[in-house]
Amino acid sequence: MIIVKRKPINKIFDMIGPADNVLIVGCDGCVGIYQEGGQKQVELMSVILELAKKLKENRDIKIKTATVLRQCDRQIVATSLRPLIDDVDVVLSMACGVGAQTIAEVFEDIIVIPAQDTLFIGMHDRQLKKFYELCSACGECILFETGGVCPITRCAKSLLNGPCGGQSKGKCEVGGWVKDCAWILIHNRLKQKDRLDLFTKFREPRDHRNMESPRELGETFVGEVEAT
Amino acid sequence: MTKVYSNLMKHITEGKFVFTGELEPVKTTSLHEVIEGAKTLKGHVVAINVTDNPTSFAYMNALIPSYIIQKKVGVEAVYQVTCRDRNRLAITSDLLAAGGVGIKNILALTGDHTTVGDNPQAKNVFDLDSATLVHLIRKMVDEGVDLNENKIDNPPKFHVGIAANPNADPLEPEILKIERKAKLGVDFVQTQCVYNVEVTNRFMKEMSHLDIPVLIGIAPFRSINMMKYFMKFVPGVVVPDEVQQSLIEANEEGGKEGVVQKNIEFFGDFIKELKNTKVAGVHIMAIGFEWIVPKIIEYSGVQQS
Repeated sequence: MIIVKRKPINKIFDMIGPADNVLIVGCDGCVGIYQEGGQKQVELMSVILELAKKLKENRDIKIKTATVLRQCDRQIVATSLRPLIDDVDVVLSMACGVGAQTIAEVFEDIIVIPAQDTLFIGMHDRQLKKFYELCSACGECILFETGGVCPITRCAKSLLNGPCGGQSKGKCEVGGWVKDCAWILIHNRLKQKDRLDLFTKFREPRDHRNMESPRELGETFVGEVEAT
Repeated sequence: MTKVYSNLMKHITEGKFVFTGELEPVKTTSLHEVIEGAKTLKGHVVAINVTDNPTSFAYMNALIPSYIIQKKVGVEAVYQVTCRDRNRLAITSDLLAAGGVGIKNILALTGDHTTVGDNPQAKNVFDLDSATLVHLIRKMVDEGVDLNENKIDNPPKFHVGIAANPNADPLEPEILKIERKAKLGVDFVQTQCVYNVEVTNRFMKEMSHLDIPVLIGIAPFRSINMMKYFMKFVPGVVVPDEVQQSLIEANEEGGKEGVVQKNIEFFGDFIKELKNTKVAGVHIMAIGFEWIVPKIIEYSGVQQS
């Protein structure tokens, strides 16, 4: 899922500034569960914002709230928010950068304020209560030959032919020998599977056009996949 | 390897025991230090490595000093190239320039991560890594093309070396990584600092199927503080307890001079031992105190062939 981190409340207040009519929009997707962008956080943000404006600036502002199924879906955003948007000055998006931009795309004359900093694509470990970045959307997945460990994301240098000299006892020098060296993980996994041939395999330099922004993609259909 | 372009490779292929040295251009516009360092090493080593922003410190680029020591001092350079600061375009262009000014040896390195350096906010490049850099150099030299098969007029003639760490823990992935590069075509290996012959022999045994000449890296310590710094901050350096202890004792008994003398004796003896192993030579890294290199070699009694 997309992992976000809420901006400090004061920064959010600064961005809202003198606006009188605020619509706070949450998302039921990635940020809705276990992150600070679902309906609960939208309600909380609404209370805090109302109180803060009252106490700090001694004025009342009008706040509306909504939480949409997926803020990254243009049609869902359009149909869910259109009935609420009329007298709104600013929209405070509690979703990721895609959600905030989708609102800005649909309602071009509305100012959209991001409540979150969008961090990475990650895995959620609910037991450890942590999120781990596992994918960089590099456009050329080689997980099948790296034991299911992504070196582009989990190696600090994104090496295709690691490990480098900056590992010791399987830990990476970047960040002070705390994080795992992805290439030692890859080595261990491939060895376990008796596939060290994949480890020793030389990988040519990547084609960075696969990561050339802005990327776009036409929908693909099952029929097309089967045809090829 | 079919052709020999450099003195370094000539000596290695003739089976001579070789010494290489190392110089580190720093944050300066003065070439004085590298020229003086090269003069000190000349006659004692067959070639001198010139470092490329070591541990991610932004220093004078390595190509100009590599060229200058060849031109002005008459000692061959091993031009170190890392992948941290330049993409494949910039590296290709620097390699062309290196070929243009007569550089014959390249040490292909991945490069330390920017966060360990003196501008830790910098963006890492790593468009290539040490393996893909070897691949690029091979294509330039052997096929006269760049990575994308674009033809090079008057292709360069380089020998390509790689780094390795005999102390690597675990060692197996390190060996497999060397194997990966060996298949591409590597002329020599220079290693991270080693302090005992057992580590050397274990490494040589693990590498024996690859048949690449290995120069074992040694790094004398200018002071006890430098030793401590090395152990703490330079990845892959393992200084055995007895070496640490003997240097600490030498410091207590004879101060700085005691440490220098102990270094000369310890590394001189070590070189003597290495001469009797399967290594092709020794790479001596004594940055900023190159004067110790002739003394160590002299003490070892091993002739620079």
